[in-house]
Amino acid sequence: MASVGDESCQTYSGASERMSEEIMAVSPEDPGENEISRLNFIKVAVGGMCLAYAAAVGYPIYRYLNSPVQREAALSAVKDVTLAGADKLEKGAVLLFKFGPYPSMLIHHKDDSWVAFDAVCTHLGCTVQYHPEQDKIVCACHGGVYDSHTGANVSGPPPKPLTRFQIKVANGAVTVTRA
Amino acid sequence: MSKVYDYLDERLSISELKKFAGKKTVPLHKYSFWYYWGGISLLCFLIQLVTGILLIIYYKPGPDAYNSVRSLTYDVDFGWLIRSAHSWSATIFLVSVFVHMFSVYFMKAYRKPREFGWWSGMALLILGLLFGFSGYLLPMDQLSFVATKVGLAIPENIPLVGHTIANLMRGGLEVSEITVQRFFAWHAVVLPLLYLPLLMFHLFLVQKHGNAIPPSEEDVPMEKRKSIPFFPNFILKDLAMWLVTLNAIALVASLFPPDLGKVTDPLGPAPAGVHPEWYFMSSFETLKLIGKVIPGMLGEAAGITIFTLGLVLWCLVPFFDTSSPKGRNGRYATYFGIFCLGVLLVTTLLGYVAG
Ligand code: FES
Repeated sequence: MASVGDESCQTYSGASERMSEEIMAVSPEDPGENEISRLNFIKVAVGGMCLAYAAAVGYPIYRYLNSPVQREAALSAVKDVTLAGADKLEKGAVLLFKFGPYPSMLIHHKDDSWVAFDAVCTHLGCTVQYHPEQDKIVCACHGGVYDSHTGANVSGPPPKPLTRFQIKVANGAVTVTRA
Repeated sequence: MSKVYDYLDERLSISELKKFAGKKTVPLHKYSFWYYWGGISLLCFLIQLVTGILLIIYYKPGPDAYNSVRSLTYDVDFGWLIRSAHSWSATIFLVSVFVHMFSVYFMKAYRKPREFGWWSGMALLILGLLFGFSGYLLPMDQLSFVATKVGLAIPENIPLVGHTIANLMRGGLEVSEITVQRFFAWHAVVLPLLYLPLLMFHLFLVQKHGNAIPPSEEDVPMEKRKSIPFFPNFILKDLAMWLVTLNAIALVASLFPPDLGKVTDPLGPAPAGVHPEWYFMSSFETLKLIGKVIPGMLGEAAGITIFTLGLVLWCLVPFFDTSSPKGRNGRYATYFGIFCLGVLLVTTLLGYVAG
């Protein structure tokens, strides 16, 4: 403390010289316990205030930026979606639809069975496609292949099967439900 | 901690900077209070920069402008607050810029060698007003639409080239979504690109020449003049002013968020009591007053001429008020300043009372 005081005596002029003299008067040689604890207190108080301001400014900005994320999250919480007219889907055909924010697919197989999958590849998230000729679900990004009846990952990089949804085919609509 | 400091110091010479800042002093006298207003303007500008970038994230210029502002204000979390902060900080920015300008004027801080500080400051003020004018249209509600239409009548009245300039600014013969797109390009790209380097230049000059002292201080003998170190004393006081300003903006922005008017109807009649933002009120009212004395286009032209002349005179003050500390020249400049300030205040007030 004393050395800091000395330094400011040399470099500062006028008002600050008086200020450093005041400090010297309080602590002539080395700072007492009181002085140190007071300094620490000021440090903590200033630091705390800075944090409080950062939080007060940062929180609204975070919420502002996160607003669309939150809205989509609310959307993705939907448990079922009804696809009007989807019961007319021809055999061997596929219908892509959005389940909440995510792309999904409904397949009407040639044997008249119906399945619906989450169309997001379990590898790195590309949207998969149904190939009717080979009766397979394929991901073009890294050549992942899935079974079109069960959604099981057959070959390529995908680590997990596609998520399968429950289906209710009624007159005039197909309802897809998430477990 | 000290290792990190040493690492940085060896490469960035922080200690040299500290030594330099420690040697710098800021004069201390009874007008020292006015030294803070440039800093307050700077803080407001920084807030404008941050909130402006945040608004761009949701704002859509062009035909979607109104709807994007509506959903930003009413649907996006805290969108109303960011918009409100941008709008209020703009107002406080211009207030502090005006205070800064008049305090520099009356302290005669434009004298040699600070002429370029004065001129760059005037250019920054004009850019600031253009920021305000272009930003006001962006929500594209009824009021901003009408205000822009009226405001564009001013360049329209410049002889010979006025019509072409106004059309180019509008991007057509009428204010439309094309105008919003253009104003957005000005507001968010062109003006900041012009403003930032000019601001750097302005700040560099302040660093170079230091704070000017008013003529009354010049009479005080050298050894009796007081000063405080720039670092840390002045910086700390400056930061304290920033904190006060930040709190003030936060308070008014959360208590009085701006509304969004009705969607623009290009065929709708102008709503009653149309008036521009407060910082254009003076020129608006003056044009109205002159129009009463000299009716028609002639009055309009006379008004614009008077304004332009006044502004030119204002900018040229370092030439007719030379560095002689006292004497007649100096007094005339002060009278002219008081006159201008008076006209600004009176016409602004009249505008609100009459409006
Ligand atoms: S993302 Fe589908 S295979 Fe890689």
